[in-house]
Amino acid sequence: MAKNVYEKSVDPATRAMLLEAERAGIETAWDRFEKQQPQCGFGMLGVCCRNCNMGPCRIDPFGEGADRGVCGATADIIVARNLLRMIAAGAAAHSDHARDAVMTFKEMAEGKAQSYRIKDEAKLKALASEYNISTGDRSPEDVALELANVLLSEFGRQTGPIQFTRRAPPKRQKVWEAAGIDPRGIDREIVECMHRTHIGVDNDPVHILLHGLRTSISDGWGGSMIATDVQDVLFGTPTPTTSESNLGVLKEDEVNIIVHGHEPILSEMIVAAAEDPDMIALAKKAGAKGISVAGMCCTGNEVLMRHGIPTAGNFLQQELAMITGAVEAMVVDVQCIMPALGNLAGCYHTKFISTSPKADFPGTVRMEYHEEKALETAREIVRAAVENYPNRDRARVNIPKEKSACMVGFSAEAILGALGGTPQPLIDAIVSGAVKGVGAVVGCNNVKIQHDYGHVNLVRELIKNDVLVVTTGCNAIACAKAGLLRPEAAKEAGSGLRSVCEALGVPPVLHMGSCVDISRILVLAAALANHLGVDISDLPAAGAAPEWMSEKAVSIGAYVIASGVYTVLGTVPPVLGSSAVTKLLTQGTEGVIGASFAVEPDPFKAAKLMIERIEEKRAGLGLGA
Amino acid sequence: MKEILVRPERCLGCRSCEIACAVEHSETKGLFSAASEKPTPRKRVYVEFAPEYAISVPMVCRHCEDAPCVSVCPTGALRQDGVTRIVSHDPEACIGCWTCASVCSYGMIGRNREERVAIKCDRCPDMEVPACAAACPTGALVYKEVEEFSGSKRAESALKMARGVAAGGSR
Repeated sequence: MAKNVYEKSVDPATRAMLLEAERAGIETAWDRFEKQQPQCGFGMLGVCCRNCNMGPCRIDPFGEGADRGVCGATADIIVARNLLRMIAAGAAAHSDHARDAVMTFKEMAEGKAQSYRIKDEAKLKALASEYNISTGDRSPEDVALELANVLLSEFGRQTGPIQFTRRAPPKRQKVWEAAGIDPRGIDREIVECMHRTHIGVDNDPVHILLHGLRTSISDGWGGSMIATDVQDVLFGTPTPTTSESNLGVLKEDEVNIIVHGHEPILSEMIVAAAEDPDMIALAKKAGAKGISVAGMCCTGNEVLMRHGIPTAGNFLQQELAMITGAVEAMVVDVQCIMPALGNLAGCYHTKFISTSPKADFPGTVRMEYHEEKALETAREIVRAAVENYPNRDRARVNIPKEKSACMVGFSAEAILGALGGTPQPLIDAIVSGAVKGVGAVVGCNNVKIQHDYGHVNLVRELIKNDVLVVTTGCNAIACAKAGLLRPEAAKEAGSGLRSVCEALGVPPVLHMGSCVDISRILVLAAALANHLGVDISDLPAAGAAPEWMSEKAVSIGAYVIASGVYTVLGTVPPVLGSSAVTKLLTQGTEGVIGASFAVEPDPFKAAKLMIERIEEKRAGLGLGA
Repeated sequence: MKEILVRPERCLGCRSCEIACAVEHSETKGLFSAASEKPTPRKRVYVEFAPEYAISVPMVCRHCEDAPCVSVCPTGALRQDGVTRIVSHDPEACIGCWTCASVCSYGMIGRNREERVAIKCDRCPDMEVPACAAACPTGALVYKEVEEFSGSKRAESALKMARGVAAGGSR
């Protein structure tokens, strides 16, 4: 039975666009999900192996058929290997994004990428000093070049440690060393995942999973952290600013450009090009009142955090943005971009523009971007969008009115700045019990869960119970749309959290950025733990990914627990075909890294699990309930 | 009456029918929970592979109109509904003599190891479409009236012959 639009999403703008899609006979992810039913039971349980051509093999989860693959791999081995490959893909995505950011940074320092400059010199100096690079009387570009080279060497490092892993509290570093999971390099760990999962290499589930944790640390405290910090130096470290979110940010009478994907490298230039008076004049000539850039997914989060560029929506809204009929150009870079957009663009005037040398899709206009000519390419893209404006079919324009105000831009630096340069006030609030603890809620959308239902309800439940929420990615956008990123949302919080938020003038849910910016959450957690002289696993904190779907989310989940934070997943990972791996992930890791996973699709029950964990940790620190 | 009919040319051997069958016959009726249930849920449909032709064939109880398993069952554990012709099995009455297995031409009598009794397709009494047919991603298993199924096969075949006539064959 197909679901109705109310069952598909809690977001009114999404419901309106899904009705429009139904009316127009246009297929969306929800329809394709229906057509995929029933999904393969072997796949869902993780017991299918395609790693060699004696297979594919699968294990009968009910014990009547094969209990081993051709090579003899059991369900435990197959599930662990498949999970390791998911972590490898996720870590690769984040870290390859980071590599591109550093390459741009390097070309900027060498004067080859003239579109870019150093925006945050203070952060440049701070990073340089972490690497013992002298800054004395050198030009910022000179320092940047040396920094770029050492950052690049982190990817190919063979023996570790990755410098930013030293930001973790000393106790956490010891935990990693004791477990043998302190990463030796970024690329090395990812490559080793592929080696270990090749036929006939690593066939011990515990051994395999430990390497998964090591790989994930090289993402969270390596690739992702490098991406965040280099982007901050290049584009500015976010500070609190206000904006709007949801499909209602699209403009009836302006050229609408959506930047979608994950990297700020080109989108920063598009934002600049769209502000160019020549381009605006061109838009006016085409009959528009101006040019409006809106974000989607994490590219959206990047430009939202740094420039207050409004966000049109999260992952499951990408098709819906096109269905408004008001988008002149959907400009994409990498990750979480549905190939379905190509067909859909054919039904509207929208130009689907792919820009990354790595990522193309059916039905795109290809406008490949390179660092040396970034602004030029951005101008061409904006021009293409402007020239497409007269092709807009006014009869088909249907922009939902919904949009919500939001306060964003809470980098770790901004949060510490707001607290007066030290985490002490937040610690005082936690000690007094006004703030019970911190919940990190992140992750994707997934059609398996009513869109935004998991996100919004989990976050509401946490703040109601005085848990301060830090958020990134598609959860952050869901919260923005639900009005939870407004300082007035403090009214929805428990009295303790409410008073703290009102005193500081901040929302009870702090938007910390894109999915690579979960590294900001790690930095904040490390600052709190270091200030108290404890490990991150001692903090009254818990994580959640209520609607996760991507392999990146698997890597994130792994590095969050490897950092010592208990994490509740809202959708079931493909591991239940192995009771051994399931037990390891939900219990076994506790004894090794002080944290584990839980799976709970019901956001209210998930909040309860997180709060219980936070209470436990409060008790451990000798704090009252 | 609808029957579970097989179009073996469509079977890819994915065994989704087997999984769905075991899940439907579990206590919890959910994949994730059924996978860890004890006793292990049992399937009643079997994807058989014919290596000579590299073809998989899903085999499911035919619920024969004149069912040999029912006529040989000494305890009445196997019964046939007078109207639906569905052959059902009562594990309480079953003595595990396996006479039914001996006479079933299709090998559709399985063994419940824990209870030491026979186990067979009950055509999912709680479902509108039996779990195996509902789960088949390619339509190799369909739940249809024989008349309708054969009718569409006839029409398909007739179309082929008509095409031959139109092309000038046997004129």
